Amino acid sequence: MSASFTKSTARNIFYGGSVFFFLLFLGLTLDTTMALPSHNAKAKLTDAAVRGKKIWETRNCGGCHTLLGEGAFFAPELGNVYVRRGPDFIKGWMKAMPTNVPGRRQMPQFHLNDGELDDVVAFLKYTSEINTNNWPPNIQG
Amino acid sequence: MSNASAAALAAEQARAPAQIKYRSQAVAKPYFMAAIGLFIGQILFGLIIGLQYVKGDFLFPAISFSTARMVHTNLLIVWLLFGFMGAGYFLIPEECERELYSPKLAIITFWVFLVAGALTIVGYLGLPYNVLAHLTGNDLLPTMGRGYLEQPLITKVGIVLVALSFLFNLSMTLLSGRKTSISIVMLLGLWGLAIFFLFSFVNPNNLVLDKYFWWWVVHLWVEGVWELIMGAMLAFVLVKVTGVDREIIEKWLYLIIAMTLITGIIGTGHHYFWIGTPAYWQVWGSIFSALEPVPFFMMTMFAFNMVKRRRRAHPNQAATLWALGTGVMSFLGAGVWGFLGTLSVVNYYTHGTQLTASHGHMAFYGAYAMVVLTMISYTMPLLRGREANSPQAQKVEKLAFWVMTLSIVGITLFLTAAGATQVWLQRMSSTPLSFMETQDHIMPLYWARLVCGLSFFSGLVLYVISFFVTGKRED
Repeated sequence: MSASFTKSTARNIFYGGSVFFFLLFLGLTLDTTMALPSHNAKAKLTDAAVRGKKIWETRNCGGCHTLLGEGAFFAPELGNVYVRRGPDFIKGWMKAMPTNVPGRRQMPQFHLNDGELDDVVAFLKYTSEINTNNWPPNIQG
Repeated sequence: MSNASAAALAAEQARAPAQIKYRSQAVAKPYFMAAIGLFIGQILFGLIIGLQYVKGDFLFPAISFSTARMVHTNLLIVWLLFGFMGAGYFLIPEECERELYSPKLAIITFWVFLVAGALTIVGYLGLPYNVLAHLTGNDLLPTMGRGYLEQPLITKVGIVLVALSFLFNLSMTLLSGRKTSISIVMLLGLWGLAIFFLFSFVNPNNLVLDKYFWWWVVHLWVEGVWELIMGAMLAFVLVKVTGVDREIIEKWLYLIIAMTLITGIIGTGHHYFWIGTPAYWQVWGSIFSALEPVPFFMMTMFAFNMVKRRRRAHPNQAATLWALGTGVMSFLGAGVWGFLGTLSVVNYYTHGTQLTASHGHMAFYGAYAMVVLTMISYTMPLLRGREANSPQAQKVEKLAFWVMTLSIVGITLFLTAAGATQVWLQRMSSTPLSFMETQDHIMPLYWARLVCGLSFFSGLVLYVISFFVTGKRED
């Protein structure tokens, strides 16, 4: 580095650059939040879906599964599971857990009642309708 | 200076008793000891989940995968936070040339944080997660159950209080002392860490917004403000072990963190490709995150340049090795492996696969675990009353460095292969397999990863042993 490039030049680049790009980020964030209603018009956030989201969170489902590609990588992607499996399969599957097949990955039994299972399904239906720019690449998630 | 004479000088200096410059720096010691203890816990739970990948019912239902993984990732964050705090309590008094504002507060904060952290882990392991959520007030303000932010509400509030006490203590010290660039950058990073953690309390019902702001903690931490903390710590140790002019080191520091934030803030966009946000994020995210390796490359150049230009042979060669290792491994893990999946056309196939996990492991170890270990390596001998550990102890520490680092390279390579297999069989094939069928094909790679995990753990044991190697004294 040349002698004319001083520490205070570097410091100014740091402060100027950080502030500029953070403001730009805030601007993009504002635009994103404003664009969301129309961008995700299909995904209806019903009361049941909101309750289902809370069940998803308080059972730590993301500790094994991914949802829109985020979470843990131990169990299948569930963002499109409503499309892949349908509501009845989802409920039946959760009721049948754990499979207790020796050596296989096990899912806990959460003892959800029928209303709660319907809420989980409503949440997964809502998630499957989010406009994800066509991700995942295929039905297998 | 030749290597032989440098080594002789180093051995001589190592024997000379040394002390910390300010007595209150001693509060860093319990923080570092706790960090190492929690690090061991983190790796043990890593081994449990590594084994569950191949023996799916291992420890089920006592410790399910989701619980063990949560303990693994939460312990990672907490031990790094203990490390950052210890580093702050050591670095700030020395840079400010005065005693810490309140050593007593620092010790109280330590115990509060440790007990709260331990209780949280006990809660994870002892209670069903929804019961824990109910008991700790998650109904008042639901924040739990999102990756890395699984802590109960009361723990999150506790973290904020601990952070405020810590930042108050350091800021008061800085305000009345000498203000160096290193200490200012360190405090900016720590304040940023605390401020962005506040977004962990934001959990909109709308899943898209939930995920959007979740990254304001997770991404803006590890690809933003944490890099300021990392840069400051690395610069501090390099000033000490190389004796290179502070002006030069601080100029590098500013340039590196400038590039970090210039690329990293908009680089958050690489997480906004597929979560329901507008498509323009694919352009913004791809461009800026493709530049994110730049600051890490500069970090590598910085470490090697400064060591090459060194004006003294510091007796603590292990600390120098850790500093160089941080430069290289953070570039590989965060820079190169981060770049692998960052362009949206590639990420479309790799998103949410083991490739993400491979990048995560090497980046966290290379950038944050290693920089904390660099700081511990430099400061611990001083905190124990000597300039450097005996050559025998350093030999063990260096061996631990190589075992842990090569093991993480192994873990990363096997997970990369696992991810590539997954993409190929599950996403690119004309007859795609289901997730679980694909997993069956990956089993041998998961076994290999587990072997590397065991090897990592043995490196960590060696590291702990190095603290107890006294070595022969010639006098």
